Amino acid sequence: MDPSKFKYSKTHEWVNAEDDTATIGITEYAQSELGEIVFVELPEIGISFSKGDAFGTIESYKTVSDLITPISGEVVEINAELAESPEFVNESPYEKGWMIKLKMTKLAELDELMTAQQYENAPKEH
Amino acid sequence: MGDYMRTPLYEDHVRRGAKITEYAGWEMPLQYAGIAREVEVVRKKVGLFDISHMGEFTVSGPNALDLLQYVTTNDISKLDISRAQYTLLCNENGGVIDDLIIYRLAEQHYLLIVNAANEKKDFDWISGHNSFGAKLENHSAYIALIAVQGPLAERTLQDVAKMNVEEIGRFQIAITKIAGQWCQVARTGYTGEDGFEVLSDVNDCADIWNALLTSGEQYGVKPIGLGARDVLRLEAGLPLYGHELTDETSPVAARLMWVVKPAKGDFIGKAAILQAKENGGGRKLAGIEAIDRCIPRHGCDVTVDGKAVGTITSGTFSPTLGKGIAMAYLDADMAAVDMAVEVTTGARTCACRVVSTPFYKRT
Repeated sequence: MDPSKFKYSKTHEWVNAEDDTATIGITEYAQSELGEIVFVELPEIGISFSKGDAFGTIESYKTVSDLITPISGEVVEINAELAESPEFVNESPYEKGWMIKLKMTKLAELDELMTAQQYENAPKEH
Repeated sequence: MGDYMRTPLYEDHVRRGAKITEYAGWEMPLQYAGIAREVEVVRKKVGLFDISHMGEFTVSGPNALDLLQYVTTNDISKLDISRAQYTLLCNENGGVIDDLIIYRLAEQHYLLIVNAANEKKDFDWISGHNSFGAKLENHSAYIALIAVQGPLAERTLQDVAKMNVEEIGRFQIAITKIAGQWCQVARTGYTGEDGFEVLSDVNDCADIWNALLTSGEQYGVKPIGLGARDVLRLEAGLPLYGHELTDETSPVAARLMWVVKPAKGDFIGKAAILQAKENGGGRKLAGIEAIDRCIPRHGCDVTVDGKAVGTITSGTFSPTLGKGIAMAYLDADMAAVDMAVEVTTGARTCACRVVSTPFYKRT
């Protein structure tokens, strides 16, 4: 796991692509803006999403937000541990806090995402 | 940040890594280690709260009792020296201006502790009705307030107080010294746990704060922010002005008639409150527990079969119970325990049920 090699979305999700599988989570910035997370709701395996779809919700003491997928694909795995331990997203957003794995259907969408460097320098919006 | 006020402990909070928030014109600690962890510390051990933002008034002199009987709803004539009473200030329409605790310090000397957000409003209101000629003074700028709350609060306080604090019963107040500084210690709080509130001169409160942190170290004491304070009071089913209580809310709807004593004589709001009681009906305050994994939040609609039956006034995640909890005003026929309701939060609809409060009761 090397977040400097990940791709990033304007909505503060990260994508780690290996072959045609993409692991998705939210960024350090996103978790720090949300504060202590209490619920993470994830989709069932087998559901397909298009880029920009909400694939779940994340709720903290402060607020509730949709989780947006930055790429299209079918859910092949979810991080079931987050149901019991949503704090993993706060403590380890790039590793233990991963959310879903998608089998990508449009690999070219990866090129539309930001690099770690670009994300770092991008103006942050809530 | 603009012209916010700071308590004498502000620098200490920052040094301890607190996240600071603006509340009622003050820069206050929102959290230190995190809300869930801080709640657990207070439920299992002992937590320290800087609540110096709260307002403190005294009412004294031969006419003090008459003024307080007229502006508050509870019967202050029943209050013995060194005892405290929870009560309300109401307007002529029977709406709640504020909830407060009155401590009787001496024969003709009462201390009022009011919400920070209402300090000026309350003072002006009481002052505006002081045709009795009582002496009313606002000491808010000179008094600091530290709460010590949790099952190990008594031991933490005992190690530094120059008195046997066991003798201070619930809703009683005593004078003592901590860290060489004079202070008044009351067995009151806003967490649902045993605990104390320590009033001192603003210049002395850092000594007291540090002494309590040191003495409490062996008991696991931690400083606690306003974030956890709100969760603790909600778990304990305690109302908060601006949420469950407003200038338009009647004590009848808020289920606070136990602090309204019409038999004591005339007081502001009496006729309107009795009328509201007579009318019955209307919405009533109720507890709500989320069945789905969600937090019912302030301002959300409560529905049954798509029909609005109420509104959430406060909601949070209860780390003690592991679920979303809330308080809501519900149509009287819906405010029955176990009634199934839905709460719409953003785009989601969350299954909930009506429950009795408090959500959490210490054993």
